[in-house]
Amino acid sequence: MKQWKNFAKGFIKENPVFILFLGLCPTLGTTGSAINGISMGLATMAVLVMSNVVISVFGKFIPAKVRIPSYIVIIASFVTIVDLLMQAYLNTPGPHGEPSLYDSLGIFIPLIVVNCIVLGRAEAFASKNTVLTSLIDGVGMGLGFSFALFLLGSVRELLGAGSIFGMKFIEGNGILLFVMPPGAFLALGYLIAIMSKIKNQLVNS
Amino acid sequence: MAKKESTFTNMLLTLVLVSLISSAGLGFIYEVTKEPIAVAKDNKKRLAIKRVVPVFTNNPSDQALKIPADNDTVYIYTAINGTDTVGYAIETFTNKGYSGYFKLLAGFLPDGSIYDIAVLEHKESPGLGDQMLKAKSDWSNQFEGKNPENFTLKVSKDGGNVDAITASTITSRAYCDAVQRAYDALKKGGQQ
Repeated sequence: MKQWKNFAKGFIKENPVFILFLGLCPTLGTTGSAINGISMGLATMAVLVMSNVVISVFGKFIPAKVRIPSYIVIIASFVTIVDLLMQAYLNTPGPHGEPSLYDSLGIFIPLIVVNCIVLGRAEAFASKNTVLTSLIDGVGMGLGFSFALFLLGSVRELLGAGSIFGMKFIEGNGILLFVMPPGAFLALGYLIAIMSKIKNQLVNS
Repeated sequence: MAKKESTFTNMLLTLVLVSLISSAGLGFIYEVTKEPIAVAKDNKKRLAIKRVVPVFTNNPSDQALKIPADNDTVYIYTAINGTDTVGYAIETFTNKGYSGYFKLLAGFLPDGSIYDIAVLEHKESPGLGDQMLKAKSDWSNQFEGKNPENFTLKVSKDGGNVDAITASTITSRAYCDAVQRAYDALKKGGQQ
């Protein structure tokens, strides 16, 4: 039960994007479409889980004064590993020459290093908890982040291009604004408002 | 277990160890993914070339002819089917796009006429300039089968034969500029 709560908090109660407002740079930058949003979320989750586990194991051997540089080296290594793996295995362009997943996420994959969620969870959670708890925290937070990016990506793709995952629902060109940067801010703002409402109702009930 | 104390030796040792283990891990993954990354890159180029020239049997990206142009390089890949040259795929660029640089792959037949053109990389505005992409509109089909010798690669506003994309004249001009650069490189390459 306790672990379930630990796992579920990432979705609504402590959702990294909607409630904690962490990692907004990739959130705004990669959510032009649903597939980009969810892949970015999953890549971040992979890094988050691995760094959480490693830091919960070795955290106690790291002297307090050099813990941040050590964490950053560990996180940067995992990010580079994810980057190399994506470059090798998720790098096939689409049938009509659409850019591959790796190409469309571009600079945002190496930038996971500076994502506050990863360092934040390492410092605030993994370094003080057991391996299993940290693993579950990483998966929960990662899925919460992916969920937020998927939601934002879907909303933007639906309004901006009339499709989700490339499948057309609405004919025509859609509202162009939502695919471009201003639309990211607008859509995120409304989603945050809705999520806060849901969270408050959950807390009150 | 209590936290380790932050003495100088402890700190030094920890940082050295953390960096050592991380670099060893990275080195290992790098070695493992080296092959697949090279294959993926090669594959990407091959797929792009396949879209702009007729059927070929060689591997065009093995041999690229480099032609210097405007402080940058244009690459010519020759597609060969059996023993006949069936076309040239030319990786060309322009700096005149609405958001600056973009890259095209232009396919020419041996007689110099355009077979097909694909966009490799671009930052043009969604919904406006990106209509140059095949997936967004069929604007770029007007180039197919045209020979730049008698088809002026300029938008009709500038006295050429190309119909510009509505509201994206700058992108259209840049596109023509890139194709013209490819054609010039082809002419230059043919003389060598």
